[in-house]
Amino acid sequence: MSAIDVHGLVKRFGDKTVVDNVSMQVAPGEIVGFLGPNGSGKTTTIRIMCGLLTPDAGSGRVLGYDLLTEGLKIKREVGYMTQKFSFYEDLTIAENLDFVARLYRLKPVATHVADTLADLGMTSRRNQLAGTLSGGWKQRLALAACIMHQPKLLLLDEPTAGVDPKARREFWDEIHRLARDGLTVLVSTHYMDEAERCHRIAYISYGRMLTTGSVADVVANAGLVTYIVSGPGLAGIAAALESRDGVEQVAPFGATLHVVGSDRQKLEAALSDIAARDGVAVAPGETSLEDVFIQFMAGSKDNMA
Amino acid sequence: MNRFFSLGRLGALLVKEFIQMRRDRVTFAMMLGVPLMQLLLFGYAINTDPKSLPAALVATGNDHYTRAIVSALQTTNYYRFDHVADSATEAERLMARGAVSFVVTIPSDFARRVDRGEAPQILIEADATDPSASSGAVSTLSTLAARALDHERGVAPGARGGPALDVVVHRRYNPEGISQYNIVPGLLGVILQMTMVMMTSIALTREIERGTMENLLAMPASPAEIMLGKVLPYLVVGGVQVAVVLVTAKLLFSVPFVGSLPLLLGAILIFVLALVLLGYTISTIARTQMQALQLAFFFFLPSILVSGFMFPYRGMPGWAQLFGEILPLTHFLRVVRAVMLKGADLAAIGTEIAWLIGFVVFFSVLALLRFRRTLD
Repeated sequence: MSAIDVHGLVKRFGDKTVVDNVSMQVAPGEIVGFLGPNGSGKTTTIRIMCGLLTPDAGSGRVLGYDLLTEGLKIKREVGYMTQKFSFYEDLTIAENLDFVARLYRLKPVATHVADTLADLGMTSRRNQLAGTLSGGWKQRLALAACIMHQPKLLLLDEPTAGVDPKARREFWDEIHRLARDGLTVLVSTHYMDEAERCHRIAYISYGRMLTTGSVADVVANAGLVTYIVSGPGLAGIAAALESRDGVEQVAPFGATLHVVGSDRQKLEAALSDIAARDGVAVAPGETSLEDVFIQFMAGSKDNMA
Repeated sequence: MNRFFSLGRLGALLVKEFIQMRRDRVTFAMMLGVPLMQLLLFGYAINTDPKSLPAALVATGNDHYTRAIVSALQTTNYYRFDHVADSATEAERLMARGAVSFVVTIPSDFARRVDRGEAPQILIEADATDPSASSGAVSTLSTLAARALDHERGVAPGARGGPALDVVVHRRYNPEGISQYNIVPGLLGVILQMTMVMMTSIALTREIERGTMENLLAMPASPAEIMLGKVLPYLVVGGVQVAVVLVTAKLLFSVPFVGSLPLLLGAILIFVLALVLLGYTISTIARTQMQALQLAFFFFLPSILVSGFMFPYRGMPGWAQLFGEILPLTHFLRVVRAVMLKGADLAAIGTEIAWLIGFVVFFSVLALLRFRRTLD
């Protein structure tokens, strides 16, 4: 049984179709990264899956429960972490956890709260107001509260936005630990390094699912060719290359320039005279996930809400 | 260009304010709607010298003197005899219930005394819980009744045609006409109305504005649980307010309390429940806390004006009285005044209690129907 198995989801707000015929299958224990530009429909799709929005069309099952009719059962077994911190800032850490434990009717409440506090390493700060926590700690608290009832599916909506690299690293370690224990995770993100830590990624743009697969698959399927240019006068080279036929992306990376195109011959032709310049080296490079996404984003119309 | 004041900068601020004002439709509607409503309500509904007050007649004799006096009272427009009571006890009940504002008793020996040339007596009992409402009717009474009797006896006005009519006036429940007796119990209702509705009207909008609603909805709490969880704490707050107002009414204003305390507390409980549910219903309609407070205020204003708190209910035209009936405060004011000042029992205030229960049911059903389990 798939943890998520939805087909043809459609959601419209007014005359704007925010989610357009999205289908998705996620196996139990899988960590799936959900990527796409701002306003592409990631949050809306996640909200449909946890029963916060009713789809205008489409159907499916989440954890084996019907998306349209068994919303309450889904809510009991799904943990949803919102993009913005949505616990009570005027309650202490312990009071927030206590509230969640009671809503899910976890018994005994005190033990669940104490265990969660201990796991978080927050036992000594239990009486601190949640609103006074830093971004990283708020995120840890939110995650802990979301998994307190031991959900089978975790939906995370840009969980690491505004969190420092160390906290992000720890967050992802935790996600992988949970997935090892059988938890399924769907996580939306803008960070490429996070996408690469997922078992599989799904890319959505303009409300449409453009591609899905492992990072290697997605990069390979994109069929992009990348050359790395290094040497003096890179700014001038970049300006010169941008208008040339066969060059689809020119992006500076430190002391090098990544030049990306989908047609190898045209790209090599465009680069031939650059390679001949004095001191300039042109070497084949690996296409990165980011290159692929920039390509996707350029290919679909902007859908900023 | 001045460092401290530039018309250009002021212009930018003004344009921004007007754009924001225009975007917030509810506020805009309030700014136009509230003055208009005030004007119409104040202008047409409020009358501090009410006419056509319901009255009961207790008259065992059916002679022409009695009829003359009754018709004379009726032509003043102050009285409307729509109850004829067979006994003083029945009339008493009518007044305790608030069905009539006056009881006019014409004794059975009235005609005999007139014919014999003795001083005839009539008894007018006025419900003086609201002293201002009955004062006009009482003050015109003696002269009119006497004139009607003289006319009936065939005596020219002003001439001495026998012993004068003795009109005995009883101001019931509040013989000294102390207006605090009317205002203070009423204030209990007004204070509860203001605080309870306001506090609960932001119940959901606060969750939405703080972003906690999304999380709350994602967790397994049912709409009924959320509703009760939101409104029940305010029953406790209301309870504290009730205790403060009742004790103050007794200690500082010496308002009499002749009825049953448990009955009053029971009625208050139902009233407060209706109020918090009304507030919660508002919070399912409003989109922001600001809108919620405006809607609560929008409800508060007519509650004060047409409920009978500030101005005599009977003084208002029919449409305004009908409008008053759909406000919980109207019914509560009748209950609190009847129980505290008149010692009314459950049977006497049964209709008003039924109304209040009706509001509780109506607002809870409306709120549950309005509540959205989703963010759609």
